[in-house]
Amino acid sequence: MANSSPAKKSVLWDWLTTVDHKKIGIMYFLAGLFFFAVAGLEAILMRIQLMFPEMSFLGEQTYNELLTMHGTTMLFLAAMPLFFGFMNFVVPLQIGARDVAFPFINSLGFWLFLFGGIILNVSWFTGGAPDAAWTSYVPLSSDSPGHGVDYYVMGLQVSGAGTLMSGINFLVTIVNMRAPGMSMMRMPLFTWSTFVTSMLILFAFPALTVGLLLLMLDRIFGGAFFDVAMGGNVVIWQHLFWIFGHPEVYILILPAFGIFSEVISTFAKKRLFGYSAMVFATLIIGFLGFMVWAHHMFTVGMGPVANAIFAVATMAIAVPTGIKIFNWLLTLWGGRIRFTVANLFALAFIPSFVMGGVTGVMLATSAANYQFHDTYFVVAHFHYVIIGGSVFGIFAGTFYWWPKMFGYRLSEAWGKWFFWLFLIGFHMTFFVQHFLGLMGMPRRVASYLDGQNLNDLNFISTMGAFFMGTAFILLVINVLISRKNTENTDDPWDGRTLEWATTSPVQEYNFAQTPLVRDLDALFYEKMNGDGRMKAAEPLGDIHMPNGSILPIFIALGLSIASFGVIYYSWPVIIGGLVVTFFTMMLRSVIEDHGYNIPVSEITGEKGEDK
Amino acid sequence: MADNQVVEPQVLPPNPEKATLEGRNKFLGFWFFLGGETVLFGSLFGTYLGLRTSTEGGPGPSELFHLDLVFIMTMILLTSSLTSVFAIINMKRGNFNKLLIWMWATVALGVAFLSFEIYEFYDYYFNYGLGFTVSAFASSFYTLVGTHGAHVAFGVGWITTLLIRYRKAGITLANAPKFYTAVLYWHFIDVVWVFIFTVVYLLGAGG
Repeated sequence: MANSSPAKKSVLWDWLTTVDHKKIGIMYFLAGLFFFAVAGLEAILMRIQLMFPEMSFLGEQTYNELLTMHGTTMLFLAAMPLFFGFMNFVVPLQIGARDVAFPFINSLGFWLFLFGGIILNVSWFTGGAPDAAWTSYVPLSSDSPGHGVDYYVMGLQVSGAGTLMSGINFLVTIVNMRAPGMSMMRMPLFTWSTFVTSMLILFAFPALTVGLLLLMLDRIFGGAFFDVAMGGNVVIWQHLFWIFGHPEVYILILPAFGIFSEVISTFAKKRLFGYSAMVFATLIIGFLGFMVWAHHMFTVGMGPVANAIFAVATMAIAVPTGIKIFNWLLTLWGGRIRFTVANLFALAFIPSFVMGGVTGVMLATSAANYQFHDTYFVVAHFHYVIIGGSVFGIFAGTFYWWPKMFGYRLSEAWGKWFFWLFLIGFHMTFFVQHFLGLMGMPRRVASYLDGQNLNDLNFISTMGAFFMGTAFILLVINVLISRKNTENTDDPWDGRTLEWATTSPVQEYNFAQTPLVRDLDALFYEKMNGDGRMKAAEPLGDIHMPNGSILPIFIALGLSIASFGVIYYSWPVIIGGLVVTFFTMMLRSVIEDHGYNIPVSEITGEKGEDK
Repeated sequence: MADNQVVEPQVLPPNPEKATLEGRNKFLGFWFFLGGETVLFGSLFGTYLGLRTSTEGGPGPSELFHLDLVFIMTMILLTSSLTSVFAIINMKRGNFNKLLIWMWATVALGVAFLSFEIYEFYDYYFNYGLGFTVSAFASSFYTLVGTHGAHVAFGVGWITTLLIRYRKAGITLANAPKFYTAVLYWHFIDVVWVFIFTVVYLLGAGG
């Protein structure tokens, strides 16, 4: 299976077979960044089409496909993988673990995500991408001609399976693998938010799995779930989709909350204000996230009682979110604030996200929702929370953890240009869309008429999108030109949490000796009350490591082959793909792989966490 | 790591499935997985409940379901859970041969259950004309019960693989968690069947 010694592997084979959480994290991050660029480009194409009234830059069908793929790619293939990248890389370090609980499943999760993303995007080259929006409401999606929606169904099914596995992996890692002294209430906030996010993934994604399964059965195998003529019911899709879909938006925002908590506390040089309140607010948001799905369906006709209950439940989420906002502000209060790029994104997040929260409460008012529904007001709202929250969180995390992940610091000067251009572009694009929505411009429509006072605001919005696109290019340039900044990367920000106690780049085994955690902000406690280095919780000894494996790629490949079999309805291909998958799974079960040991002599030679 | 050593019965830890960190991780991770599976079946149950009266003139629950057949299937599956419990008790006692025997009994009962289910679907399809595409009720019935059946089939394949792979291995700290999680899974699909029995069959036959 795998080599007994990892040193003999070629670079490519090493990355294809790796089960190291840090390498998997980097692969998640880079793949997410790629899909982020693709989906961003799709958005810019749409904004060009909407720059002037009745433009003919794109056809309506192309516009629908871009719209669908922009949303689907951004949520499933960009934002979540980028967060997964950070989670994979940072969480084991933050809790003082050598790896995640299931290194093999971690690798499998990544490859399933990547193959799912590839399946989805292959549709561009085979006669049309999915065109029924990321929500794929039936009967629009079940009656959509061509294979586009089939790609949507199978691509998300494959990548969703990977996401579910990663969620379980993080949960077990956080519960079972914490270093001595790292009690639950000493965990850094990013680890906490990863924990709650993984809970949401675990309980939300199966609903999507079932929804996609039913849609697949309807479209390809003649099922009648959503066929009203056969007694089907189209609202079932909406319920299943949003039972998944609403927790999904918290899956996207909670990791960002965690990143901001780390960044703000580090750059205010203060312990996070109200740590336990932050933890419980995160848990409450996670719980309430499951209680509010029907607020996406106020206009379906559920009746005033259901609407009122879901409206009130939705508004209740403003309370724990408000607790978090005030705690961040009070962490900053009296702190010695450093305006690094990471912190600038965190500071810009607070007002931007509050604006998105306010429009969220407006949308939750079910009576008013009939007016806002399906207008650009909704588009403005969710871009304020997703860009102002999740994307700002991703960029803050990028600048904050880049030295740890890649071993060099990003340029602060280029970073500040990037930040300001992106911030201005973001508000230019989406602030005006509130008014476009209130003026009645419907979302998801490829054009608008002249003479309805929509021209100027649409033009401004498109200019803002160009700003954001330009800003992203600055980020890419920054990544390329900063490679020489390799000094002071172990702990460049005077960090507080355990990941900054490791070297950059991090040793394969993370910590030569498992650290002993004595307080919240474990490393900062040692800086204040110790000698600035983590105390060891175990004597120096051989370190046991798992072997790499090529099997995850084959499991994911088999499922991808089966997916194409489903899309083009070919039983031999379906069965062939499933045979590959199940046979590889059987191999994994049958072959006992006990890993290898790194001898203590090798460890003392490079002495992991010492500076 | 010495987790591939055969543990002699006298030095066997009281819970070999949770004696190693790897075992504890599997144990906990599998419980989380079952939590996700609960939502999966919950969604299928919800869909079925929403569509169970939508027979659109085709055959419906009250004419299709034969409670005598379903009763036999239920008894078979419940008994298979019992045999898997005996297997785990023997694993904890360090009695490997009895572990194998009871696990094979579990597999046999699982196969019997599947045979009845295949007969049931065959009966509905050929004698009552309940095709998958006939009505929304038919689609949701076959999907819910069929997903459960697929889980049983996967469980049979899984346990059989373990039994063949470890036929001579004895109880080790590496394979104890594998048997244990397979049995957890088996109990779970048994519990799901209890809900199918009540929600689908009893509710259907009773109107």
